[in-house]
Amino acid sequence: MKKLIAIVLTAAMAATLLAGCGGAASSSAPSAGSSAAGQAALSGKVATNGSTSMEKVIGALAEAFMMENGGVDVTYDPTGSGAGITAATEGTADIGLSSRGLKDSETGLTAITVALDGIAIIVNNNNPIADLTVEQIKGLANGEVTNWKEVGGKDAPVVMIGREAGSGTRDGFESIIDVKDSCKYAQELTATGAIIAAVAANENAIGYASLSAVDDTVKAITVEGVEASETTVQDGSYKVQRPFNFVVKEGAEQSAAVKAFIEFAESKEAADIIIAAGAVPLAK
Amino acid sequence: MKIKTVTEKVMNTVFFACGIVAIACVVIITGYMLYAGLPAIFKIGPAKFLFGTEWASTAAEPKFGILPFILTSVYGTAGATLIGVPIGLLTAVFLSKVAPKKLANAVRPAVELLAGIPSVVYGLIGMMVLVPFVAKTFNLANGTSLFAAILVLAVMILPSIINVSETALNAVPPEYEEASLALGATKMETIFKVSIPAAKSGIAAGVVLGIGRAIGEAMAVMMVAGNVANMPELFTSVTFLTTAVSKEMSYSAGLQREALFSIALVLFCFIMLINFLLNALLKHKKGGR
Repeated sequence: MKKLIAIVLTAAMAATLLAGCGGAASSSAPSAGSSAAGQAALSGKVATNGSTSMEKVIGALAEAFMMENGGVDVTYDPTGSGAGITAATEGTADIGLSSRGLKDSETGLTAITVALDGIAIIVNNNNPIADLTVEQIKGLANGEVTNWKEVGGKDAPVVMIGREAGSGTRDGFESIIDVKDSCKYAQELTATGAIIAAVAANENAIGYASLSAVDDTVKAITVEGVEASETTVQDGSYKVQRPFNFVVKEGAEQSAAVKAFIEFAESKEAADIIIAAGAVPLAK
Repeated sequence: MKIKTVTEKVMNTVFFACGIVAIACVVIITGYMLYAGLPAIFKIGPAKFLFGTEWASTAAEPKFGILPFILTSVYGTAGATLIGVPIGLLTAVFLSKVAPKKLANAVRPAVELLAGIPSVVYGLIGMMVLVPFVAKTFNLANGTSLFAAILVLAVMILPSIINVSETALNAVPPEYEEASLALGATKMETIFKVSIPAAKSGIAAGVVLGIGRAIGEAMAVMMVAGNVANMPELFTSVTFLTTAVSKEMSYSAGLQREALFSIALVLFCFIMLINFLLNALLKHKKGGR
């Protein structure tokens, strides 16, 4: 028993030692390299606060950024776009996160778009519908249109399938289509994959999913004639999309860490991270 | 001799410690549920929370009424019991009194296997087979419904009912049955008028155990019930107490998250109630003997 404890303790100590060495080595190397470029090793905190829809993107960006800059701590507080913008205005957060553009009343702020969120509208493969307008989607979602024939489909009831309350995709769909709190769901599922499976299983179903998740078991319809794809989201022609914004206060003093994080989020290497997190990076 | 007493003492402490772990878990969970669940109930207002008919946790003006969930859980469990108990009880009678030994020995492992199937598998089969079947049979646009959930739950509670009822039926003293048969009653009369009444507290315990399983089930129900916070109707998409918690937990924040703990607290109270009922039944059974 004692021997075992001794072995475990030794292993733990060795591990800490190694970790210490690793940390020292990795943090000293960039500082030596970058001091030549006139930039000291970054340290400090980057407090972000806002949109729950941006959780995945900001989480992935923060993780990658902290991996490169061991001294920086990026925090994220999921409060919602409105609260994030308020936090940026009041200075309680370094970066406010907003999954919508700034309103006219929200002055003194700068919005930096770091990614786009494209949401595909999906129907069953056997559904003859190929194109809908935003107005038609709205009707289907809020229960004004209860039969597919009203939008040019066959005579069958509409089954609206969506995500659970609190989901970023649901929030995105409902705010873009303008059916916030008025959506009439037949099913609420907890994962994008489950929605795709449910739409694939029900001929009368319509649902929504992140652009990156759609596969050929369902049909992504065109919205007002525009196909949902990375390109059409980037050039703005696909309607069911919204920006993921960093909101910062104009003229506020930013720490080096905050500046570096914003730069990192806009950089080319962040694009892959943004794609992996299910969003669409900006066109280069 | 001395070593023996030391071992005795050490083992006593070990047993005591193990006993404490289980009790401590119950105490900690109960304490935490109260701590995490009560504040939101009072923030929302107990009457508004328990009897509100609308749940819109992320709306601009959030509404936290959980009556739809409570009623769905109650109806769903009642429906599952209504279907599951007759089938379960009769299966138990079959296994205990009617079936030839060989057949009973083949059916029994099947029932036990039913108990061992993970709930996600029930859910999956429910989703892929039962939901489309319900939609087709009743000509519905959407098969996910309270009815589908009731069917899945009815199957899931069968093993509890069958196993406990069968044990109770086996424990009926053979003299009772022999006396009944000797008086000229047929075998069926004996089963329904002697064996089942004699085993009734054990059967009741099995039923309560089944109810406990049904009301606490989340995974299978989540996959077939549709999870929309409607007031329960047989063929609409509904949310149970369990699924109300699990579906929104991952992205919840603030009062919404606190309210989810409050739902869990209500569910916890239901389960406690069922456990007390079960204990009372089992005690009554012991007292009766």
